[in-house]
Amino acid sequence: MTASMPTAPDIAIRATGLTKSFKDAAVLRGVDLQVRRGEIFALLGSNGAGKTTTVNILSTLLAPDAGAAVVGGFDTAREPERVRETISLTGQFAAVDVILTGRENLVLVARLRGVPDPARVADDLLRRFGLHEAGDRRVGTWSGGMTRRLDIAMSLVGSPAVIFLDEPTTGLDPEGRREVWRTITELAGAGTTILLTTQYLEEAEHLADRIAVLHQGTILAEGTLAELKALLPPAEIEYVERQPTLEQVFLAVIGRRSHTPGRTPGSSSSGADEEVRP
Amino acid sequence: MKTLQDTRYLFGRSMRHIQRSPDTIITVAIVPIALMLLFVYVFGGAIQAGTDDYVDYMLPGILLIAIASGISYTAVRIFTDTQAGIIARLHSMPVSRSAVLWAHVLTSQFSNAISVVVIVGVALLMGFRSSADVLAWLAVAGLLMLFTLVLTWLAVIRGLTASTIDGASAFAYPLIFLPFISSAFVPTDTMPTPVRVFAEHQPVTAIVDSIRALLDGRPVGSEIWVALAWCVGVGLVAYAFAMRAYRRTP
Repeated sequence: MTASMPTAPDIAIRATGLTKSFKDAAVLRGVDLQVRRGEIFALLGSNGAGKTTTVNILSTLLAPDAGAAVVGGFDTAREPERVRETISLTGQFAAVDVILTGRENLVLVARLRGVPDPARVADDLLRRFGLHEAGDRRVGTWSGGMTRRLDIAMSLVGSPAVIFLDEPTTGLDPEGRREVWRTITELAGAGTTILLTTQYLEEAEHLADRIAVLHQGTILAEGTLAELKALLPPAEIEYVERQPTLEQVFLAVIGRRSHTPGRTPGSSSSGADEEVRP
Repeated sequence: MKTLQDTRYLFGRSMRHIQRSPDTIITVAIVPIALMLLFVYVFGGAIQAGTDDYVDYMLPGILLIAIASGISYTAVRIFTDTQAGIIARLHSMPVSRSAVLWAHVLTSQFSNAISVVVIVGVALLMGFRSSADVLAWLAVAGLLMLFTLVLTWLAVIRGLTASTIDGASAFAYPLIFLPFISSAFVPTDTMPTPVRVFAEHQPVTAIVDSIRALLDGRPVGSEIWVALAWCVGVGLVAYAFAMRAYRRTP
């Protein structure tokens, strides 16, 4: 029904009625979602909710059993090549070649994408992601956070309009997670549409313009954080003594500043903060 | 055009892997060389193969063993790429799907060719001599490459479908063993009937006999057609299954 509906120019991703089963297990039971151009859209769900399957269908890796998806104005089933020119996918595990150097990984992707001057593109991205010094070492010798940053950098080659990030921070330490968050925010600031999946509520809350809650293959709720909060009973104001979280302590001890505005690790340890509780 | 270019870039990538871990080639060559030393200098004197120089007799079989063990690395490379999500990343990019696979197939051909050349070099040092002319040598090279291609498609199936890295590499063991139950090291005449029937009707015997005849500068008989029929037949079936497995790979 909606598959033939014209895609509005400000919609970057539109999925209608996606279903997918593997053998007898129904993973998606009718997923509908719309992502606007330039926004960060978080698909929030626990393990097995169908996040990766949704992303794989949207990035043309899987065909849905039913339903349709339009990405960047192209139908994923009818024009997968055009979709692939528009998107890039950063999968759940860093898909980098550990035997090659960081630079060689980037140059390879640039060549395959047919980007002019692959060497310069690789050099720019290495600098931008703070990987310049390590750039000529084999990726196998890098830390997890650096590898993930390279993974994301590889997705930026050729400046795709839509980027899929499947659990971009799973398995990263807090520091690495914050680096990835910063990168994602910068990208969206530059106009890239980002669909990310996450199982961390905090991550969706911190990053996303809009959030969809995916549970057992269907979208249970969708909207901005404020809209989602409005679904719950009205908030009441409570005063609680606020202890620093272990994460804040950790970041303070290793000398990093927390990125949450107004909550520097040292200051909130003794004071009482106002907190909104449902 | 795009497919050729993509294949070239991805082939360059896997060749760089081989350059950086030359052990994949050394390991592939070392076992056949050890076998060759063992058979020539330990068992060789006692084996009645009907030739003056036993190294000439057993070299074809040794080369097939080298190729059979070499392709397990092809399976491992494909398995690793699948597990690491590299295949998925390439499939989500505007990259020709067939280029992703053909780059691995070419790498397999190339790395096995290097192992074969190294082993022939060692055989020359051990006294291997051939009266074959250029054409016969080309025919030998062609047969070995065809054999590599057939086993490579088997390796592709394994690389795409295995669930562990050991599973990806272990499938080569029966293939490595196949030359022992063939005419590769001893004439089949002395084998007990069931073994002999198997040995005479399995592909390795036909391939070994063809290569041996070509290297001896003798005319090749019907065995070359049997060898080619085996290779083309198994190759096509393996290719069909490999492509089916590949279509299911996201």
